[in-house]
Amino acid sequence: MTATAARPAAPPAAGEPKPRPAPRRKRLVPYWLLLPGILWLIIFFVVPLVYQASTSVQTGSLENSFRVTWHVQTYWDVLQQYYPQFLRSLLYAAVATLLCLVVGYPLAYLIAFRAGRHRNILLVLVIAPFFTSFLIRTLAWKTILADGGPVVHALNALHVLDLTDVLGWTSGDRLLATPLAVVTGLTYNFLPFMILPLYTSLERIDHRLHEAAGDLYATPWTTFRKVTFPMSLPGVVSGTLLTFIPSSGDYVNAQLLGSADTKMIGSVIQSQFLTVLDYPAAAALSFILMAVVLFVVSYYIRRAGTEELL
Amino acid sequence: MTETASTGPAGGDVRLAGISKKYGSFRAVEPLDLTVPQGTFFALLGASGCGKTTTLRMIAGLEDPTTGTVFLGDRDVTDLPPHKRPVNTVFQSYALFPHLDIFENVAFGLRRRGIKSVKKQVGEMLDLVQLGDHARRKPQQLSGGQQQRVAVARALINRPQVLLLDEPLGALDLKLRRQMQLELKRIQTEVGVTFIHVTHDQEEAMTMADTIAVMNAGRVEQLGSPGELYENPRTTFVANFLGTSNLIETEILGTDGAGLTVSGGGGCKLMLPRDRCSTGTAAGGKVLVGIRPEKITLTHADDAGAIPEGRNRVPGRIADTSFIGVSTQYVVHSPVCPDLAVYAQNIERDARLVPGADVVLHWNPEHTFGLGADQDRSAGEGEAA
Repeated sequence: MTATAARPAAPPAAGEPKPRPAPRRKRLVPYWLLLPGILWLIIFFVVPLVYQASTSVQTGSLENSFRVTWHVQTYWDVLQQYYPQFLRSLLYAAVATLLCLVVGYPLAYLIAFRAGRHRNILLVLVIAPFFTSFLIRTLAWKTILADGGPVVHALNALHVLDLTDVLGWTSGDRLLATPLAVVTGLTYNFLPFMILPLYTSLERIDHRLHEAAGDLYATPWTTFRKVTFPMSLPGVVSGTLLTFIPSSGDYVNAQLLGSADTKMIGSVIQSQFLTVLDYPAAAALSFILMAVVLFVVSYYIRRAGTEELL
Repeated sequence: MTETASTGPAGGDVRLAGISKKYGSFRAVEPLDLTVPQGTFFALLGASGCGKTTTLRMIAGLEDPTTGTVFLGDRDVTDLPPHKRPVNTVFQSYALFPHLDIFENVAFGLRRRGIKSVKKQVGEMLDLVQLGDHARRKPQQLSGGQQQRVAVARALINRPQVLLLDEPLGALDLKLRRQMQLELKRIQTEVGVTFIHVTHDQEEAMTMADTIAVMNAGRVEQLGSPGELYENPRTTFVANFLGTSNLIETEILGTDGAGLTVSGGGGCKLMLPRDRCSTGTAAGGKVLVGIRPEKITLTHADDAGAIPEGRNRVPGRIADTSFIGVSTQYVVHSPVCPDLAVYAQNIERDARLVPGADVVLHWNPEHTFGLGADQDRSAGEGEAA
């Protein structure tokens, strides 16, 4: 500031060429950088979204072609017809997310703080499942949980299946085609999406903060409660979102590991689109699902108070 | 937990008995005996890697000693985890909790000990470090010096028996560092807690500490008050690490009561007090004679006659001078030592004292000290910050 102030004021000469052309071009740079992303989003997100929105208010059939008639009634109809699947989807997704957190947090903690030189190997192992297709992996679980298989056998011997049967999570001697199987599949499939953000936020915590907490009379457990866990909250929030959002719309697990009684909303949408060919109903269901997930997520983020965190 | 961490009137000295630390085959700290009297400001001084931080961490409980015992007062705390020791640490990087505000950072230790009403204490402590207005800020909103004061407040509020400071001023710029040195000294005098301060900055140690332990390669080279260490170093490492010393290789000619006469290169005879010689004084033995640069007076060779009797005299020729404001530093070639350093206050400057001028260096023999000649003459040189 002083430097510019000290400079003698430039004479407002008439002969001055192009008055400062650089700043204008500079101001446009961010927009040019945004352009590819924005174009991509418009073509592959906004356009399909608008198309689906229009589909959801159409009536007709595949033979007589669909026409936009602003038939909003569809929304109410599908909601009434399929609300159990909606609720089930949210419940399964929530349980799977919670299980992912319970299983994933200790693992991420171990990798971040205790793994030493094995850290990279463990991280590769976490993402190793991605080298196989989602479908193949879920099919493999079908074999693992198959009737009379070793898992069912072992759980039976331990009388675990009796307990879960009473709770309504399994039925009789079966594991496959039960809610437990679907939730297990969801948990397995989305676990890496929980571990990776948790690991990232834990790994950033300075080890000296643990020492400082210990030095200030915190037991290891208190150090975890008052320092480690609060500081890992951004990872917890992004991990739970990355797990909850895709699992609430998932249909592969429900389809392959579940039964008609464990149908999730994803399976309903899929069959409406591809089997029943009722496009308006399928589109309306998709929009309702989107709205519900958006609502749940924004409520959750507000409650978690992530804006308070760092 | 509340009991073990209880404060009460600070109880006793810190005593390290035969404490050592090995990492694999590397000996970070050699078996060490050290007593820090209660209420003193004690500095562990040394270059990086000398084992001073490891020693501090063993007192804090953050490092398990390989051998030896740590006593706080009469209590053996060697096997106590950090959260059960009545000591607190100010970490080098401060290690403030980024998710808590300043108030909660300072209150952390009190809350862990189950103290409910912390408001008054925290307020007083923040006032002591002059941060009362910043209670609700987050650490990253403060400057380095303010963060440093929060770290001190967070540790001191627990009224520990001992406060450990691990290079707490290392991250600050020079001016702020000077200011914080005085601040820390003021706080220590005010609260009367034992401070153990780890630093590689000899000026910092001398400014603040009552007692300094100079460490080198896992050992304590010498222990004493700043004045004692400076005036009477017992090893070449201490002589060079604390300030600058001219070390002259000499041979002992003989003793005369309390005095010792030695001869340096070129047949130059020097005298020194016998009790300031930390090595054998038998005639014919070798001894390194040391003299601090500011104790030497520089006189032009033409005026050599005016030099009083009884002073150590060395002839030489000025090789280099550098003017640094309050003083001028000379490098003088002489038969006893090729590069004697001399610092002269700029009171009356003799215009003849320019490079190439023949001079006589002279000083009071009382200021001379003697060191064992079996040591590396340049040990510790250039290691001080």
